[in-house]
Amino acid sequence: MSNESLKILIADDNDTDRMILQAIVKRQGHQVVAARDGAEAVEKFRETAPQIVLLDALMPRMDGFEAAEIIKKMAGEELVPIIFLTSLTDAESLARCVDAGGDDFLSKPYNQIILQAKINAFNRMRIMHSTLQEQRDQIAENNEHLLQEQQVAKTVFDNVAHMGCLHARNIKHLLSPLSVFNGDVLLACQKPSGGMHVLLGDFTGHGLPAAIGAMPLAEIFYGMTNKGFNMTDVLREINQKLKQILPVGFFCCSCMIDLDFENQDIEVWIGGLPDAILYRSSGEIIRIKSNHLPLGVLSTERFKTETYQYEMGMGDRFYMWSDGIIESRNISGDMFGESRVLDLFDRNHVPEQLFGEIQSSVQQFIGEKEYDDDLTMVEVAMMPESELGLEGSQVGKSALIGPVNWHFTYEMRNETLREFNPLPLLLHVIMEVPGLRTFSGQVYTMLAELMSNALEHGVLGLDSKMKETPAGFAAYYMSRAERLKDFSQGWIRVSVDHQPLEKGGVLMVRVEDSGEGFDYEKFESKSNLNKGYCGRGIPLIGNLCRRVEYLGKGNIVEVEFEWRPE
Amino acid sequence: MSITTSKSADGSVINIRIQGRFDFSSHQEFRDAYENADDNVREYLIDMSETSYLDSSALGMLLLLRDFAGGDAAKVSITNCNHDVKKILTISNFEQLFSIK
Repeated sequence: MSNESLKILIADDNDTDRMILQAIVKRQGHQVVAARDGAEAVEKFRETAPQIVLLDALMPRMDGFEAAEIIKKMAGEELVPIIFLTSLTDAESLARCVDAGGDDFLSKPYNQIILQAKINAFNRMRIMHSTLQEQRDQIAENNEHLLQEQQVAKTVFDNVAHMGCLHARNIKHLLSPLSVFNGDVLLACQKPSGGMHVLLGDFTGHGLPAAIGAMPLAEIFYGMTNKGFNMTDVLREINQKLKQILPVGFFCCSCMIDLDFENQDIEVWIGGLPDAILYRSSGEIIRIKSNHLPLGVLSTERFKTETYQYEMGMGDRFYMWSDGIIESRNISGDMFGESRVLDLFDRNHVPEQLFGEIQSSVQQFIGEKEYDDDLTMVEVAMMPESELGLEGSQVGKSALIGPVNWHFTYEMRNETLREFNPLPLLLHVIMEVPGLRTFSGQVYTMLAELMSNALEHGVLGLDSKMKETPAGFAAYYMSRAERLKDFSQGWIRVSVDHQPLEKGGVLMVRVEDSGEGFDYEKFESKSNLNKGYCGRGIPLIGNLCRRVEYLGKGNIVEVEFEWRPE
Repeated sequence: MSITTSKSADGSVINIRIQGRFDFSSHQEFRDAYENADDNVREYLIDMSETSYLDSSALGMLLLLRDFAGGDAAKVSITNCNHDVKKILTISNFEQLFSIK
């Protein structure tokens, strides 16, 4: 470092002294800028921006003390070491040099070795100072960047995690974030067939990890609810997704409800959250205990979807919350606790005010203290659907746009019949018809029965008479498996057609197979309902469809399913 | 799809719980569930709280169980069906043969 060439300003009114110093400094390999007094020193400093300044204390026009102050000001945040050159030796004068902003002093006559050591030492300090400043600026910039990113991410998160119809008139909610990101999710969405899904979730942990899980959760909740999937399907899908993406130990304690305004009832699934409460307008309090593990813990096979079902009269209210409410602590560390919550229910006289009472009671309890968990709470009341204030909501509209008038044919041949179950694929296409999802169970039954008849009786040529005895029933399915393994040639052609009616539509399904067919005129005249263990498929379809017709040699069946939105 | 069974303390009531789709692929498992239960069993509860779907061959299997359990004298209850499952049972008039709760 001693070899580094610096630009050094030397100011001294004594020409001899200045020349000597200049010579020493130059010999040490530095570049010199010389000035004859303080004013010139300031001037030269401005022009040449030297890295170290050597100032004589006493000079005409402007002395070293004044020049030092000006130079320090001009240097700003940059460290420009100033070393005073002085023949003064009393402590007071030397102290004045340092007070004026000098970093050190050097007594005349100059000692070369000491001068070199000081220049080197101050150069090291100068470099350290500038490194520190660079790093400080870098940190500040990074932090600024991070905050900006978090702000954007939080906006996205809030849009995703707290959207839907939380503003409906039957919902009151409280969300108080612990940090920028909140581990709690609160979602509400109208169902296309009427009614509403509401989900409150509390992810383990706070901040970014919690927020990341909220994204797919909200996506699935809104996507599937909009398409008309029922609550247990939505939960199953969310559970599977969270199980798949979250690391072990991360999960989402949740409570989801399906509110039916028409039949005035409520279905509740609860896993890992504190007891939810159904508060009837009569004053009755029903506590609903968590009976499931949180979402994202169990594999799909072990995930359970049992629900609680209650009638819910007008003005009845349902409450769910994250553990933040019950576990919030006051200054002395006591928990708010479940009994305080229940007390509030007992003391309440005007149900409309209960939500506010709980909220202010919790806030009073914790006082000025910072929240130590996410406090999320929601009240959902039963009221006529027309009074929710949700007319013209985005959700309702988007669900009504979709394919309603179409036709497709799908033919499966040979090994594909053995290996492939076409039902999910067919159903997926059919269910794109807006509003038809509500009937997915019936459409599935229809397709499943038609497909298994075409495969078993048509392509494989199995006779259902086999199933008339218990032993035959087992034998039937054994030979089904055998024939399916051995068979090599055959096909099933499924044609599906949908046409809209003013409300709802007509779904026509035609299934044709490569089999021998059968004498359907004989079959139709024979009533065999509830005799033996077979022959229930076609009567089942007959009950669901407005038309069931066999054609050709009995290897073609056509059915028409007419549906109207509920 | 999975079938699990449990018995009451005195062994007279067997609870058969069917998860997922109840269709032809489960006929062996379903038959094992009631045939392997011992002779003390007098009453059968079919828990369908987690049965997502039922096809016509499953209807046949329920009838097999009913006959195994004594036909018209059998005590077989089907509980907690979802909407779709209930509809299929109703269409097939199964409430005349089983106690559907």
